Amino acid sequence: MIRVEALSKKYGQFRAVDDVTFSARPGRVTGFLGPNGAGKSTTMRVMVGLTPPSHGTATILGRHYADLPNPGREVGVLLDASAQHAGRTGRETLRVAARTMGLPVSRVDGMLERVGLAPTEAGRRVRNYSLGMRQRLGIATALLGEPEVLILDEPANGLDPAGIRWMRDLLRGFADQGGTVLLSSHLLHEIEVIADDLIVIGQGRIVAEGTKADLLSAAGTIVRCGAVDELTRALADSGVTVAAYGDDGLRADADPVLVGKIAHVAGVPLTELRTADGAGLEDMFLELTAETSREGAAA
Amino acid sequence: MNTVTVAPAPTRVAPTRITFGRILWVELTKMFNTRSGFWLAASIGITAMLATAAVIAFAPDSAMTYDNFGAAVGFPMVIILPVIAILSVTSEWSQRSGLTTFTLVPKRGEVIWAKLLISVALGAVSIVAALGIGAVGNLVGAAMTGTDPVWDISLNQATSLVMANVLGLLIGFMLGVLIRNSAAAIVGYFIYGFVLAGLTSVLAASQEWFRDLQPWIDFNYTQGLLFEGWPVGGEAWAHLGVTAVGWVVLPLAVGLWLVRRSEVK
Repeated sequence: MIRVEALSKKYGQFRAVDDVTFSARPGRVTGFLGPNGAGKSTTMRVMVGLTPPSHGTATILGRHYADLPNPGREVGVLLDASAQHAGRTGRETLRVAARTMGLPVSRVDGMLERVGLAPTEAGRRVRNYSLGMRQRLGIATALLGEPEVLILDEPANGLDPAGIRWMRDLLRGFADQGGTVLLSSHLLHEIEVIADDLIVIGQGRIVAEGTKADLLSAAGTIVRCGAVDELTRALADSGVTVAAYGDDGLRADADPVLVGKIAHVAGVPLTELRTADGAGLEDMFLELTAETSREGAAA
Repeated sequence: MNTVTVAPAPTRVAPTRITFGRILWVELTKMFNTRSGFWLAASIGITAMLATAAVIAFAPDSAMTYDNFGAAVGFPMVIILPVIAILSVTSEWSQRSGLTTFTLVPKRGEVIWAKLLISVALGAVSIVAALGIGAVGNLVGAAMTGTDPVWDISLNQATSLVMANVLGLLIGFMLGVLIRNSAAAIVGYFIYGFVLAGLTSVLAASQEWFRDLQPWIDFNYTQGLLFEGWPVGGEAWAHLGVTAVGWVVLPLAVGLWLVRRSEVK
């Protein structure tokens, strides 16, 4: 269980994190979603005590991180896969972590195998690792202490498609066994397939949160047919807001059953009728990204 | 790739606190299990051998004394030991390994203290080893020239030599904690040890007012005297104490305070 309450972090006048409150529950994968620079990493660094907050608190398993007697045994943390000593081998990096947590060093080889680092790779220095290999090593460090909670910042970065699939299965299994997982990403699709709960952050503030099912169903219905104008009118008459979706489709702010009934009454034959899934969330997310005015400024 | 499931341990036992002894052990291994750490440690032994061989090969017979062997072996240490001490701290920031170190051990002060104790112990052991290698060189040199070995380092001087090197190492450590950047801290150490030391000795030679002040403010000077032997008399000890507080204890305290409060990125 992770609980963040009224957390703020200011750098001078800049509010990197602005009054953020949320929790990540055991048995679930919580996705922390936001564009670059939204405050995800800062929030995570505050959680594990690397950054002092300006205001508010973060607790893990009911305690402040710094009060955990042996944090690595309760919380697995991967904040930046590149933040490892370049001159140390992968195996030595894990051995140092094992010794720090008071675990037998013999556990290291098994863990290397678990994350798919071959013995020869483990004997090479981290300097020569690809980003994907560093991610695997970082995940190994996080899992080594058999923690109850995982906090992972952009863990899929640099992993190949098979690696991303592997990571997804790993986190799913971890949560299904009762573990708490908080993982961040700036890619909606990446998080959509794994998360049970979503927290969307933009410019330091939470802009949406809830179960994935809730957030996706709130996104409405996609409907396609040959007579778009006629259906638009019928839906509008019933008080359903619609927006164009492609050439022959509409996105309606209503559930598919209602949209189907209205189309039936209006006598409009449909070619497609489904929930919008990520479409609405994606629109919101792109809006957020545009507001940070990186792509927005260029457009 | 096979599917892997990693289960949290079903019955959890509350983990015990990380002891300081364990942190000490971990920091000791970290000092040598990187490429730079390994070669720095190896270079202590290698340069000691080379320096001894050079004295035997090039020094005139009359100069083949224990004092000269000790000086030749000790000189590389004056540079290498502080660099080891600096890197033990700054690599956590420059290599960014501190992200893992300080999440596994949130009590940053304990980590820094462990690094300090290990650096000091390593420095002391290295100097004792250097004196040992110098002694072997002295015996070999005397045997080769067919003269009696000259033992002109007293026990008093030998122990003060160890202290002089440990204090030099602490200057490096202090700069590492204060600056937390490998390149900048090493440059800082060379400016302190070579540029500043040169400037103050010139100043002391030319300015009378500074000559009286120097023992109270110039740690290079008071620490340098330890290479010759322990201070004699209360005032000499006071000089050493005052300069050590000003150049080591206070800045180290400030550095520790900053390390505890700063953001690790």
